[in-house]
Amino acid sequence: MVDRDTHEPLMSAHTLKAFDEDLDQLRALISEMGGLAEHQIRESMRCLTQRDVEGARKVVADDAKIDELDRQTEQRAIQTIALRAPMAGDLRDVVAALKISTVVERIGDYAKNIARRVEQLETAPAIEPLSLMPEMARIATEMVHDVLNAFVERDAETALRVARRDQAVDDFYNSIFRTLLTHMMEDSHHIGHATQLLFVAKHLERIGDHATNIAEMVYYAATGGMMADKLERDDTV
Amino acid sequence: MNDTTTATAADTSAAPALPKMRAENVNVFYGDKQAIKDVSIEIFDDKVTAFIGPSGCGKSTFLRTLNRMNDTIPSARVEGLIELDGEDIHAPAMDVVQLRARVGMVFQKPNPFPKSIYENIAYGPRIHGLTSSKSDMDAIVESSLRRAGLWDEVKDRLDESGTALSGGQQQRLCIARAIAVDPEVILMDEPCSALDPIATAKIEELIHELRGRYAIAIVTHNMQQAARVSQRTAFFHLGNLVEYGETGQIFTNPTQQRTQDYITGRYG
Repeated sequence: MVDRDTHEPLMSAHTLKAFDEDLDQLRALISEMGGLAEHQIRESMRCLTQRDVEGARKVVADDAKIDELDRQTEQRAIQTIALRAPMAGDLRDVVAALKISTVVERIGDYAKNIARRVEQLETAPAIEPLSLMPEMARIATEMVHDVLNAFVERDAETALRVARRDQAVDDFYNSIFRTLLTHMMEDSHHIGHATQLLFVAKHLERIGDHATNIAEMVYYAATGGMMADKLERDDTV
Repeated sequence: MNDTTTATAADTSAAPALPKMRAENVNVFYGDKQAIKDVSIEIFDDKVTAFIGPSGCGKSTFLRTLNRMNDTIPSARVEGLIELDGEDIHAPAMDVVQLRARVGMVFQKPNPFPKSIYENIAYGPRIHGLTSSKSDMDAIVESSLRRAGLWDEVKDRLDESGTALSGGQQQRLCIARAIAVDPEVILMDEPCSALDPIATAKIEELIHELRGRYAIAIVTHNMQQAARVSQRTAFFHLGNLVEYGETGQIFTNPTQQRTQDYITGRYG
């Protein structure tokens, strides 16, 4: 990794090697959590489109794994603060890991909630907005994937790109919302499952928001600056 | 990239109007060797300024220029302007003894005189002619010891030797001795490095309390200590002032790569 302004190596090793190992372990935990969360979103959406109730139950059960990793990350971060007294970029990294872990845990909860709705939608007739959702889910999942990679790589540019992609997810949500509303107005029998689908779309939209929050944390950890300021500067240029 | 210029330029904009002491383009040489390179810095009343940096970076040398302690080293030569309340401390009219009363100093190793606790405090006010009576002197001794947080521990044994106190008490005695001549600035050179954590905490608490009355500059190897006691931090490296700013900013978001490397333990 290279500093974009000075072209100097961004983070050389600590004199105390064990400190680097602690930070690497934190990154590894976040990576593992992120991988699991992505898998959970994909699986919940696959179960939804294929009406796989059994698979959906597994998604719900597997959420406990993410919760466990969240606990481990929190413990590791608190221990690193207590034992290493991290400063500057290290401190920002550890605090970011602590916060990101909580957000990823919540993203896992949204995947679980999507999976929970699969059973209620098992007998629903095919409706059109469902065909938009896999694409919406793909973008949201990609945002989670990219932003967690950005954290591991301390890559502020990728974090910025992720934040900018949230608009696409929001646009999908608005479009799905309007379509579902039309469905409900056309035939009140649709209200039940259309509402379920509306929740699914809302969950995906929230996942996009959370990925954006993580992007802000990654940006601050990597640069020490606020992403909002940077976006504002870029917008005025 | 000229680190020094950037650091000081950014700093003056955020700083209050009138510095207590101001150094401008200060260079210090020991014989041919340059120990301080073109350092400009301002220190303020009501603020603790910490000087940090690796061994040999010049932080102690620079601290000692602020009350001309380097005058006592024959090979040392100081160039540049240093002002106390706008007065040039190298001006011919400046009495160096008076200067050191106004800018007191506390050293790494507690160095009480081998005299009674009372005499350790009374010595300074006496040679500076600050008192006319025994009761005046008693009052100065008591108030100095109180301000240094030592009075309750020593009030019943003021006649005992200062060297009989514990290390932490000796250091507070030295701080009381510095306070006794009513200084405006107190310089501290690694004041806690010979003390245990509890004695260190007491000195740090004392620094915190003294901050309202004096401008304080402290040299420390211990970055946690700099973070705990100071409001402003200056990072020195190889005789340069690399970065100077708010302590909170230096320890969460330093602007210079060298500062970042040093405070995160990547130096070397």
